Amino acid sequence: MITIYTVIGLVLTLGVLFGIKLMSSPKTAVLGNLIGSISMFCAIILTLSYNNILNVSLLWIALIVGGVIGIILAVKVTMVQMPQMVALLNGLGGASSAIVALIILFNNYGDLNLVSRLSSGLALTIGAITFSGSLIAVAKLSGKMKQQPIVFKAHAFLNTISICFIVFSIIIISLPNISRVVHFTFTMMIFFVSIFYGVAFSIRVGGADMPITISLLNSFSGLAASVAGFALYDPLLVVIGAIVGASGLILTQIMCNAMNRSLRDVITGRTLVLKADKVIENGHVNHVNKEATTKESKSFNVFEFDDKQNQIVESLIGPILKNAQTVMIVPGYGMALAQAQYIIKELHDKFVEKGKEINFAIHPVAGRMPGHMNVLLAEVGIPYDKLLDLEESNAKFSNTDLVIVVGANDVVNPAANTAEGTPIYGMPILEVYKAKHILICNKDTKPGYSGVDNPLYNDDNVILLLGDAKDSLKIIINSF
Amino acid sequence: MNFLLLLVLFVIAMIVGYKLISDVPSLLHTPLMSGMNALSGVTVLGSLVATAAAVNTGYKILGFIAIVLATINIVGGFMVTHRMLKMFKKDK
Repeated sequence: MITIYTVIGLVLTLGVLFGIKLMSSPKTAVLGNLIGSISMFCAIILTLSYNNILNVSLLWIALIVGGVIGIILAVKVTMVQMPQMVALLNGLGGASSAIVALIILFNNYGDLNLVSRLSSGLALTIGAITFSGSLIAVAKLSGKMKQQPIVFKAHAFLNTISICFIVFSIIIISLPNISRVVHFTFTMMIFFVSIFYGVAFSIRVGGADMPITISLLNSFSGLAASVAGFALYDPLLVVIGAIVGASGLILTQIMCNAMNRSLRDVITGRTLVLKADKVIENGHVNHVNKEATTKESKSFNVFEFDDKQNQIVESLIGPILKNAQTVMIVPGYGMALAQAQYIIKELHDKFVEKGKEINFAIHPVAGRMPGHMNVLLAEVGIPYDKLLDLEESNAKFSNTDLVIVVGANDVVNPAANTAEGTPIYGMPILEVYKAKHILICNKDTKPGYSGVDNPLYNDDNVILLLGDAKDSLKIIINSF
Repeated sequence: MNFLLLLVLFVIAMIVGYKLISDVPSLLHTPLMSGMNALSGVTVLGSLVATAAAVNTGYKILGFIAIVLATINIVGGFMVTHRMLKMFKKDK
């Protein structure tokens, strides 16, 4: 049966797809986003008019309230806060799908067929998991909760039990001829257990694993909408939800590859990071001693800087800066934390002024969400053609005179190639060690998130500037 | 719309989406994600219909909340994406 709704729906879907296609280049992406949003707006109007509910004022009030809150959020958020913003929006989408499923299950009890019951139960589950999981991610990303993984006793067991219970309950509510009370009770149980599962899922994910979690929750929020579409027999919901689901899956896959993790390990919580926590504690003490003996001459603590040290550093860095013709900056989450992107722009301008070639090497998992560094650097006005991805950067390092690492550690750690058995072994890294000179502006010499010591710190061509990245970069600028 | 047809649409959308999105460079992954985020608010279509059809005041309130949340998702998502995409400029 082909209705006018189906036809217009198809046109709008094509609009969304065309919008995504335009997202493949920064030149056309703005237009793509615009086409996507217009298609969405038309879809809302189409739904309202097709169902003859254009004049229901309650709906309009809800749309306006939501729209105003959305605008306020979008205007207020800073680029550094983007990961928690995206996580929050994921959660809201998930919550909305879960509520829709609840209404279908409660309101239409009795005249739902098997497909509707099954898919409503599933949409309720995925939506609720997305909601609670995203809220935990927001709390972690915004520092309201500790970034470290939190593990319950018998965490894996609780997860398995929850999943089994949810599956069981969905089967129960899909049975024909169950009593109203049973139907309601199990529906509510699905909701609460899914909320619990979402919390349990997110709470044991640590800071640097966040890119994977956000991508996965993104995928879930789409799937929840898609499954709700099955319950309502609405093709638009099914199709657009599925596209979002696919997008989230791709990003999850890219993030997993870039961190050398399998998706299964992340979902089941075997992130290896727990082991690494111990390494940080043990390794820290050893490391301080080791460093005192090997690197005294080239490691500087910016926190305790005096004039004399200043001169030594400038005399050391000055010639390197002068002679370097090709420069590469490697930003990490430390740059975002220190808000150092503004002073990086200053440094960039200085190099450009002197006629040197300068680029930025961006690891896929640098930061707390996919592409986080690119957005921060674009915001301060770095042209996007200077933001290179992993392969492009690695092709350039052996011809690079100077690398400046700003708040990144694991992604430049050569131990990833050699240290078998460590969490980062096999992870693709930025091969900065191939460059002639390396300046590292990190807070300290503690290992990164993975807990693996960075042998780079002991190399002869490396100069460490320890302390706040902004102060260290200022020193570099002054050394010109 | 019958179930099988929906399932076919689901699979096609997954495949086409996967193909298109694979072409988006890592440079734009954050805006891609927030844009997709906005799209996941498509569930608003479901909440509009469900709310209008709800008979009981309690369900209407639930539906109202669902519409508000999904609209925040859509409007917030598209606007944030727009803000970010506008920042990407080429070297003069």
